Amino acid sequence: MSMTREWLLSDQPVSRRQARLGQAYRTWLDFRTNGLAMFGFLIVLVLVLLAVFAPWLAPHDPLVGDLNTTRLLPPLTEGYWLGTDDQGRDILSRLIYGSRITLAVVALVAVIATPVGLLVGTTAGYFGGWVDTVLMRFTDIVLAFPKLILALAFVAALGPGIENAIIAISITAWPPYARLARAETLTIRNSDFIAATKLQGASSARIIWKHIVPLCMSSVIVRVTLDMAGIILTAAGLGFLGLGAQPPQPEWGAMIAGGRNFLVDYWWVATMPGLAIFTVSLGFNLLGDGLRDVLDPKRQK
Amino acid sequence: MLSVDNLEVTFAFGTDEVRAVRGVSFNVQQGESYGIVGESGSGKSTVLRAICGLAPVSGGRVTLDGVDIPAPRTPDFYRRVQMVFQDPYASLHPRHTIDSVLSEPLSIQGFDRRDERIAQALEEVGLGQGFRFRYPHQLSGGQRQRIAVARALILEPQILLLDEPTSALDASIQAEVLNLLDRLRAERGLTYVMVSHDLAVISHMCERLVVMEHGLAVEELTRADLRSHRAETDYTRKLLKASAGYTREDEPA
Repeated sequence: MSMTREWLLSDQPVSRRQARLGQAYRTWLDFRTNGLAMFGFLIVLVLVLLAVFAPWLAPHDPLVGDLNTTRLLPPLTEGYWLGTDDQGRDILSRLIYGSRITLAVVALVAVIATPVGLLVGTTAGYFGGWVDTVLMRFTDIVLAFPKLILALAFVAALGPGIENAIIAISITAWPPYARLARAETLTIRNSDFIAATKLQGASSARIIWKHIVPLCMSSVIVRVTLDMAGIILTAAGLGFLGLGAQPPQPEWGAMIAGGRNFLVDYWWVATMPGLAIFTVSLGFNLLGDGLRDVLDPKRQK
Repeated sequence: MLSVDNLEVTFAFGTDEVRAVRGVSFNVQQGESYGIVGESGSGKSTVLRAICGLAPVSGGRVTLDGVDIPAPRTPDFYRRVQMVFQDPYASLHPRHTIDSVLSEPLSIQGFDRRDERIAQALEEVGLGQGFRFRYPHQLSGGQRQRIAVARALILEPQILLLDEPTSALDASIQAEVLNLLDRLRAERGLTYVMVSHDLAVISHMCERLVVMEHGLAVEELTRADLRSHRAETDYTRKLLKASAGYTREDEPA
C-alpha cells in the first residue's frame, strides 16, 4: 500500500490504519509550521541520536583518561574540542555518553509517572464521591512535599544511584498529572458520548480506558513534556549532591559537581555540562509548547 | 410494552433537592410512536434519561413487557432499549472514528459478523462505506445524527428513545432525519418514545403524546386531538397557541 500525501490526507479513508495515520500526518503538518517547536523537536531528536550512536560518535573513552598528558586541557584543543576534566577525560565524549543517562531518566520517569497519574486522576474524576475524596487527598499529601527534598529522602533511604533517583523522581512527579487528568475527566464524564457508551452496557473500566483516557492524554503529554526540563534538572541536582549517578558515570549534574572545585581556573569543566543541561531543558520546553498548540482538544479547526 | 407508572426523579445537590419529575405515567404500545412535549425545564428529557438509567429514579415503576426494569440497568436491557441524544456534536467521541463508534457496542454485547453489520448500519441511515473511517469532525450535523441513529440501531433494539433528535439541526436536515426515523420504524417495527418541544414534529411522528409541565403530566392527547386543537387544560392550549406563532396579545380589534 502506498504512503503518499494524497493517501494520507484522503477524507475517505478505507481502513483503520489509514484513518489513524492520516490524523497523525495532519497533526505533524500542523506542528511543522511552528518554528520554535521544530527547533525544540530537533534538539530532542539530536539528544536521542547521540544517545543511540554514542559509541560511534564519542572520540574518546568517557570513563578513563590519561592523567599525564590530557589533564584539564582547555576547549578547542586539537582532538578535545570541549576540553578535558581533572581526570584527563574528554568532556565531549562524557557529554555524549551522558545523554544516555539523561534520556533514560526522562523516559523512565515519563513511563512510570504518567500512567500512575492518569489512572489515579481519571478514576477519581469518573467515580467521584468518596473514591475521589480518598484519591485526591492522598494526591494532595504527596503534592505537599517539596520535590527535591522528597527525592533526597528516598535516595537517602534507598541508597544513592541512578535507579533510585529515577524511582524517587517518579514518586514525586505523578501528582500534577493526576490533578490534570481529574480536571479533564470532570469536564468529560457527563457528556453525551459517555452516556451513550454507558447505554451500550460498557463497564466503567472500559469507559475510563477507551473513552476518557484518550481525551486526557494530550494535555497530560504536554504537561509531561514541559516537566521534562524539571525532571532533568532534578536528576542533575541529585547527581550534583552525589545522590544520583555515581562516579565514574558521566552524568551531567555529577560532572558539574566535579568541576565546581576549580570553577575559576578551569571554567569549562563545569560549564560544558551546564550548557548541555540548559540546551536539553530548553528543547523539551519548546517541544512542549508546540505540542500544546497542536494537541489542545479545545482548539477547533 | 413500555409502561411508566407514577415516575419520580429527584436530583440531590448536598442538602438541596430538585424534583425534576413528580409523578408521570404513560403506556407505550408495541410499534407505537409516543410523544412527550412540554416547554424547556418541564422534565421531559429527564423522563427518558430515567428510563435508561442515566437519571436517578426516586419513585414509581418502569416496566418492560410487564417486568420491572432492573436497577442498575443490565447490558441485556440496553439490547432492547437504545437512545438517540439531542446534540449530535456532543454525542460522538471526538477522537473515535465512525468505525470504532459503531463497532464498540457490537464488541461490548458480543455480536458476530461485525464488518457486515457496520456496513449495513451505514447503508440503512443513508451514509455509504466512504464514511466508515472518518472522524466526527469531518461530518456535518445531519450526518453525525445519522451516525448516532446507526449506533443506537446497530444493537437491534425494540424501543428507541429519541431526545429531541432534530432540534440541533437545520430545518432542511430536520425533515431528512425525521423521514429516516419514520422509514426505519416502518421497516423494523420499532417502538419510539420521542421528546420534543416542537409540536409540528410530534404531530408528524407520533400517534399519541403526553403534555408535561413542571415535572407533571398535564394531559394525554392523540394526534387527531393535537391537529384539531382539542385540548382540555389551559396549559396545553397555551402551548398550542404558542406553537402557531407569535401574536400580539393586546392587538386592537
